[in-house]
Amino acid sequence: MDTFIAGLTIFVLALFAGFEIITKVPPTLHTPLMSGANAISGITIVGALLAAGSERDAISSWLGLAAILFATVNVVGGFLVTHRMLSMFRRPSRKDS
Amino acid sequence: MSSVFINLGYLGASALFVAGLKGLAHPRSAPRGNLMGATGMLIAVAMTLLDRRIVSFQAIAVTLAVGAAIGATLAVKIRMTAMPQLVALLNGLGGGASVFVAGVGLLEFRDTAVPGLSHFTVAAVASGVIGAVTFWGSLVAFAKLQELITDGSIRFPGQQLVNLILAAAAGGLALWLVLTPEPHTAYWLVVAVSSMLGLLLVLPVGGADMPVVIALLNSCSGLAAAATGFVLDNNVLIIAGSLVGASGFILTQIMCRAMNRSLVDVMAGGTTAAPRDNRAEDIYKGRVKAGSPEEVALLFDAARRVVIVPGFGMAVSQAQHVVAQLAALLRSRGVEVEFAVHPVAGRMPGHMNVLLAEANVPYDLLKDLDESNSSFDRTDVALVIGANDVVNPAARTDPASPIAGMPILDVDKSATVVVVKRSLSPGFAGIPNPLFADGKTIMLFGDGREMVQAIMKALKEG
Repeated sequence: MDTFIAGLTIFVLALFAGFEIITKVPPTLHTPLMSGANAISGITIVGALLAAGSERDAISSWLGLAAILFATVNVVGGFLVTHRMLSMFRRPSRKDS
Repeated sequence: MSSVFINLGYLGASALFVAGLKGLAHPRSAPRGNLMGATGMLIAVAMTLLDRRIVSFQAIAVTLAVGAAIGATLAVKIRMTAMPQLVALLNGLGGGASVFVAGVGLLEFRDTAVPGLSHFTVAAVASGVIGAVTFWGSLVAFAKLQELITDGSIRFPGQQLVNLILAAAAGGLALWLVLTPEPHTAYWLVVAVSSMLGLLLVLPVGGADMPVVIALLNSCSGLAAAATGFVLDNNVLIIAGSLVGASGFILTQIMCRAMNRSLVDVMAGGTTAAPRDNRAEDIYKGRVKAGSPEEVALLFDAARRVVIVPGFGMAVSQAQHVVAQLAALLRSRGVEVEFAVHPVAGRMPGHMNVLLAEANVPYDLLKDLDESNSSFDRTDVALVIGANDVVNPAARTDPASPIAGMPILDVDKSATVVVVKRSLSPGFAGIPNPLFADGKTIMLFGDGREMVQAIMKALKEG
């Protein structure tokens, strides 16, 4: 039960931190915010690696590998496309074409 | 490798996620923020691979490579107009991964004989339910946005009841599973029922309500990851998951507020906008002024301040580049140009901003709802391209309207309004727009891109 309470504490505090940080993101960046946050939610890849690599039984390995595939697409696709979008946001300049 | 070292690595990764998201507070610091997030992920993955529990690497390496290749290809190839589809798809994959990982986690508990009621099982079930709903819901959203299935609402009688029964079934199965952790098959039953629920929840949501759904699924993919974190007793999953859960939740709220609707209302398929044909006829009859690109060019010639209002129609006709060129041309002639972006313009939060950024519009010209509305009375020409419901003054004036109370862009307060639109057909809300019949409105009927090109041509010749 102790680990659960510790986990719950972290969960709630992280939610608060999330609310504080995200409310400061301007509407202009809401799409990159979604894709970037989405890539971060691919953190499940950590669990997927543990599941696939432990070689306990065949089912676990296959489920783990499927999870790795999903999560990797999620992580790599998410961070890259966010990078691509953010690099398009141009600095303001007083006199441009 | 000691678990202390690995956990310190996870702590570093978590810190990088928080700092990275903080970086998104400004376009200047955002690319660095994203890079920090990616670095955090890399550290987390590297630390996990050092874990003693992992004994075989071959299959993992191959799968990682394949996944990375698919992800990179998607990210590089995707058109900016198709961004909502991609984000929906990626949300779904995250949810799907959580379902699998939680399933494996349950298998593990069965082997180590965890006592009856444990929070691990509860977390695993939560992860399975949320993950499955996210996965299938996102696939439906993807199919709708990609126009593989109809974009509109799909409803059948008793749908709400079926959803309730499915939710109850998922809850009941989940409870059974939690109380008797033995039957692993029950987990997959819960997942199957939740999958159905995910499908049915998103099917009735159409077109303009998509921003809400995508934001909600975004939140769910985070919560699924956090639940998986409880299953594995892994803090980095809990932290990253709850950050994303909070982010998606805030966006969902912003989108709902921008439409003056509740989340329940949106998910239930929303207001069935009864088409009141004769009313449209009454409003438009004899009052709609159709203009020519040349006339509009003359207006722009005399204008000192122009505000451009983009909507989903701009994305559909891929007009963002010509619109940006028009803005640049006007600015080079000393006209003050701004873009007024409604929160729900497009199919996901911030969709229009990304399209305009792609077309090289400096981000300081993109104004949000409040900023824009404070300046329309000083505006000579408001140019509406492919937007409809978000500029409908009925939201302000007609309490009986389905969109009554929705915050809109008050373009009707500017001196002249130019609306580029294919026809007088209603927007997603299915109601006529009195703006089109306003005395100071000029309608330019045609394709967005062609019309803007024609205006530019007339401007350069005139």
